[in-house]
Amino acid sequence: MNSRNLIGRAIVLALLFLGAMLVLTPFFWMLSLSFKSQVEIFSPTISLFPDQLQWDNYRAAFERTTLLRFLVNGLVVCGGILFFQILFALPCAYALAQRRFRGRSLIFGLVLAGLLVPFHVTAIPIFLGLAELRLLNTYGALILPFVASVFGIFLFRQAISAMPVELFEAARIDGLSEGAIAWRIALPLAMPAATAFAIFSVVAHWNDLFWPLIAISDPALAPPPRGILYFRDEESGTDVGPLMAAAVVIVAPMVVAFLLAQRRFIQGLAVGGLKG
Amino acid sequence: MRLIDRTRAEALANLWLAGPATVAVLVLIFIPVSIVALLSFTDYQFGARSFNWVGFDNYLILIKDPQARRAITNTIVYAAIVIPLSILFGLLVALGLHSVMRYAPRLSAILRAAYFLPVAATLVAMAVVWQMLLHPNLGLVNHLLAAADIRGPAWLSDRGLVLYTLAVIGIWQTVGYNMVLFLAGLAAIPEHLYDAAEIDGANRGWERFWTVTWPMLGPTTLFVVVVTATGAFRVFETVATLTRGGPAFASDVLVYAIYREGFVYFKAGYSSAITMVFFVFVLLFTLAKFRLMESRVHYR
Repeated sequence: MNSRNLIGRAIVLALLFLGAMLVLTPFFWMLSLSFKSQVEIFSPTISLFPDQLQWDNYRAAFERTTLLRFLVNGLVVCGGILFFQILFALPCAYALAQRRFRGRSLIFGLVLAGLLVPFHVTAIPIFLGLAELRLLNTYGALILPFVASVFGIFLFRQAISAMPVELFEAARIDGLSEGAIAWRIALPLAMPAATAFAIFSVVAHWNDLFWPLIAISDPALAPPPRGILYFRDEESGTDVGPLMAAAVVIVAPMVVAFLLAQRRFIQGLAVGGLKG
Repeated sequence: MRLIDRTRAEALANLWLAGPATVAVLVLIFIPVSIVALLSFTDYQFGARSFNWVGFDNYLILIKDPQARRAITNTIVYAAIVIPLSILFGLLVALGLHSVMRYAPRLSAILRAAYFLPVAATLVAMAVVWQMLLHPNLGLVNHLLAAADIRGPAWLSDRGLVLYTLAVIGIWQTVGYNMVLFLAGLAAIPEHLYDAAEIDGANRGWERFWTVTWPMLGPTTLFVVVVTATGAFRVFETVATLTRGGPAFASDVLVYAIYREGFVYFKAGYSSAITMVFFVFVLLFTLAKFRLMESRVHYR
């Protein structure tokens, strides 16, 4: 190892650290502000770290807003969406992958074409439909539009296609119904695809603002991103500490989940790039 | 007789397995897309009892009216900044981390997690944090600039600046994603190609890059370009959180215009026309992506 190599490594590392610091600055600042007192935040001199760690802002965030409610809403909506997405997608994917029937390629063609359509494009008619059904301002309005995931069907179909046909033949000879084959044989074997899809779906819907902004006006139903905007707009710039504490609480679930399961997380989100 | 029972049972099973999802896909995707396309030629307003066909009027307003057009031009400018820079930084970080991985794998993994963090974090909440960072008087950014005797601007309310500020946030949010895709691309390059290049006399770092790494990353790069482009054209969360398209439409973008015209002003027909323009842009990128994926399959 010569000295030129060593200098090269040092420069690369220094640049990588500098970049990482810039990328992490918003996270650091969010944490720092969430522990600072009102006086400290509005003082003319600025300090990077809070004087002392005090949890008042977190207490205020939970007391003054329905932060807990926002988190529960996020959980209900993401859980509901994922449940129905898999309920619809898996049997369909199994049929497309392991059964021969008329209309099979037509349905798969629909799935592929559906991948081209971003959700925003369907928002206006779906809004009209939900208004007609008097479902706006309900959990249903937040869950229903997303239950048909062509991306889910696509991923599951790819996974189940790769499984040996004999496996399913054997199950049929053993007298299992087609539904039982889909749920008790195909699903457990398709777990890697299911995990990637689940991560992609939950992250996308936990973070979504577009649809909650349209479908609900009742703060009691707001998922976290919609909720924090209600909070910000109400407090009109004076409660920076509690606002940052609320941001920490909302960002934390996905960030912690990511740090605990990095490889799966990255896989799940990278696979999402296939979607239009 | 038994044969007929059998085929009927089979057909029923197919219907039962694939039917619900197919109906849901039709009702939630294909019918809505057709309705949006039709609505874009009407003056329909949410809540109205009737509507008139107005031909291409909505599209003409969108193209001719200088304010309305900003949604299109701003989106293109935003994408033109975010796409190249986010890809360039993603590639540089991936190259750096890939080389660090050889002698310090733990450190490389930690840095990778740091760069990926903004991808996993809830963008709306982080946008609220950016608002504090960029606050004209209280923000960290302007405090640091003041320490260097520079008067920091109003990043989010200056008409000439706001779009670039949003683009910086967009780059911050997407670099980690591109980095991950490039890291996967780099890991797939077989080591013996570098050995071969060395025998051919390419032994400096950047010679190795141009002769081996860059050509081998070709398919990855094209994929990254398309994914970043579709993402950039969909910019919404930061605009809705930080600027609401303002000041004076300086940061208006397509998806935000869909939301504002449709769901704030209830102009469903006009908003449908914006939707169709947005759809055409995204469609072009996504079709390009599918073409790329097909050609990649053929290589292997």
